[in-house]
Amino acid sequence: MSEKRTGAQVMCEALIRNGVEVMFGIPGGAIMPFYYAMWDYRDKLRHVLCRHEQGAGHAAEGYARATGRLGVCIGTSGPGATNLVTAIADAMMDSTPILAITGQVASHVLGKDAFQETDITGITMPITKHNYLVKRAEDLPYVFEEAIYIATTGRPGPVLIDVTKDAQQATIVPDWNIKLDLPGYKPNYRPNLKQVREAIKLILSAKKPLIIAGHGVIMSGAVEELRAFAERTRIPVITTLHGIGAFPEDHPLSIGMPGMHGWVHVNRAIQECDVLFNIGGRFDDRVTGKASTFAPNAKVIHVDIDPSEIGKNVKVTVPIVADARLALQAFLNEFPPDREAFAELHGHASDWMEHIREMQAKHQPKQQYFNRADTENMSLPPHDVYAALTKALNSRGNYRVVTDVGQHQMWAAQLIDWYRPRTHITSGGAGTMGFALPAALGVAIACPNDTVWVICGDGGFQMTNQEMATIVQEGIKNVKVAVINNGYLGMVRQWQELFENKRYSGTPLSGPDFAKLAEAYYWKGITVEHTSQVEAAIEEAYATDGPVLIDFRVEREVNVFPMVPQNKSISEMILESPHKS
Amino acid sequence: MKKHTIVALVQDRPGVLSRVVGLIRRRGFNIESLAVGHSETPGVSRMTIVVEWEDVEQVVKQLYRLIEVLKVSDVTNDPTVEREMALMKLHAPPAKRPEIVALTEVFDAKIVDVGANTMVIEMTGSPAKVQNFIDVIRPYGIREMMRTGRIAMVRGARGHTAEEYVESANGHAERVPVAN
Repeated sequence: MSEKRTGAQVMCEALIRNGVEVMFGIPGGAIMPFYYAMWDYRDKLRHVLCRHEQGAGHAAEGYARATGRLGVCIGTSGPGATNLVTAIADAMMDSTPILAITGQVASHVLGKDAFQETDITGITMPITKHNYLVKRAEDLPYVFEEAIYIATTGRPGPVLIDVTKDAQQATIVPDWNIKLDLPGYKPNYRPNLKQVREAIKLILSAKKPLIIAGHGVIMSGAVEELRAFAERTRIPVITTLHGIGAFPEDHPLSIGMPGMHGWVHVNRAIQECDVLFNIGGRFDDRVTGKASTFAPNAKVIHVDIDPSEIGKNVKVTVPIVADARLALQAFLNEFPPDREAFAELHGHASDWMEHIREMQAKHQPKQQYFNRADTENMSLPPHDVYAALTKALNSRGNYRVVTDVGQHQMWAAQLIDWYRPRTHITSGGAGTMGFALPAALGVAIACPNDTVWVICGDGGFQMTNQEMATIVQEGIKNVKVAVINNGYLGMVRQWQELFENKRYSGTPLSGPDFAKLAEAYYWKGITVEHTSQVEAAIEEAYATDGPVLIDFRVEREVNVFPMVPQNKSISEMILESPHKS
Repeated sequence: MKKHTIVALVQDRPGVLSRVVGLIRRRGFNIESLAVGHSETPGVSRMTIVVEWEDVEQVVKQLYRLIEVLKVSDVTNDPTVEREMALMKLHAPPAKRPEIVALTEVFDAKIVDVGANTMVIEMTGSPAKVQNFIDVIRPYGIREMMRTGRIAMVRGARGHTAEEYVESANGHAERVPVAN
């Protein structure tokens, strides 16, 4: 391996060495040497040409979220790089391992306002786990190795490498004998057993214990361990928005989603519980509501790989800094072996579960949302779309669902039955409208045997719908889009209805004829205006050998309930609109 | 809000100062002073940051998220030696000089430059002593002043050498494979 290489060739080889197979990007002046080199490696490195760098970034995220592997996106300097910013911020908030590679102007003109120069390492400093400006080709092997290591280990996250054009062009003999020098980065995977034993004591003495399972369970691959833990202790399990799929919703111990649009019985249970075991969740404010009022009676055990998450939003009794899977394994090992030790806990847990199920039966269980009296006169209540889609997903299997941000996203989280990890992919922390379609492009490439459903609002879809062209160019057939089209920026409209006296400022939204738009991109487009057409449209989507968009023109002013108003206690849930017409 | 003195050991790489400052800026805190320089170990710098912070513990934890940060300590309540240096260019017409000279002697300050109508004084000491000197000298007319910001070191054997952080980094942390 002592042959001469250009910096750009080194970049390709570094990616291949680290198992990268797909990259999403757009070329431009400062990144052209990399594209020149890429051509020679095209058998091993597939390049997907996106229509906007934000799309490339979200596609890399979708790829990473569907597989747990590194997603890679590429942009040129200046606007190419700044267009990646939203996706990078999104990946930072949702702990998604992506590598963003950007071209930079030549090092001798850096800082001189050269054509398409932007200080992208400066811009992305607060929204990357780490970033690099590389000015010498000799540094590329080390930087790529370190960057990918940082992106994919510990709490995963986005890393950006900005490479000057001259560093890509320079010829060097790369030194692949790399020993990482990261004295300040040592993620702690293994839990402190003393803390684990402390937590077990707390759990065994609980009368009303709860498990909250977050994204960490899925990222660490701890689904089996979580199930074993729950079954051993018989503690009810809550799954957060990103924890969806970490625990099957048909399991008798599953009780559903908490938070702003969580179920009443889940939020009530949190407020009543005495021990709260959070595994791999970060107590986001959309989960806790007003944090000072959250779980007032609970002693909290918090397992997180990121020490800075512990005690950030909620006071913690037993902190455990560890990988979720290794932590759960430690619990399973440290649990007392005899059944008697659990007898008391099982007794309490069973009474507690009965109480939760009673609350669930009383306060609008999921089924009621499918057949509500107030939807009777609507030609297409959005819930009917979800009912039909759920039926199709359950009967056909092999699916991934990618949602955008807004009402449709919350309905999807609430109304679809979720069973498996990495089947529900959404933009949670950043709440990035426009995430779904490009992310689905990445998911579809990662999971060619699954049907990838995009559920999206008419607002978010218009932010990145150009990626329909990418999907066609790449010959991707397994993407089906359901636009939940209500002609509003629906979630904002909902807030305006509920808290601002229906002052619909800036929310009514006209769109194109989405079916025609899809046809223009050589997709199949279907328009659905009535409940009676929903099932047939979904069937047609499945029967079509190619991407399909269904424009579901749903009732315009339907709200997502239950709802906790922002910065209110999760005890204060709104169950229906006060402005009944 | 309480004033905190934070000492951080960081790898000496481009951008590290910007990352540390950015993390503090994100919350809208103002940095009162910040002093950076080489530590006893090549490749490692030591920073002393003085800020008014509410939840210093959280910020310290977040500083640890920065890849190049090796060690962060809030030494506010520790016994420390704290020093700061100030350079002052005074308006010093010949008639006023004897008074100024007398004051610098009392405060253990040094006169490092004398011009036709100016004097430059170097004052080193605890931040309180430096401030005290400035207050006393200000009536004579300070034309220019520069302060280094404080540096702080924990007294006795406690504290952290840079070496223990660099040398303990043997290769890199384990990589835990994802199961599903």
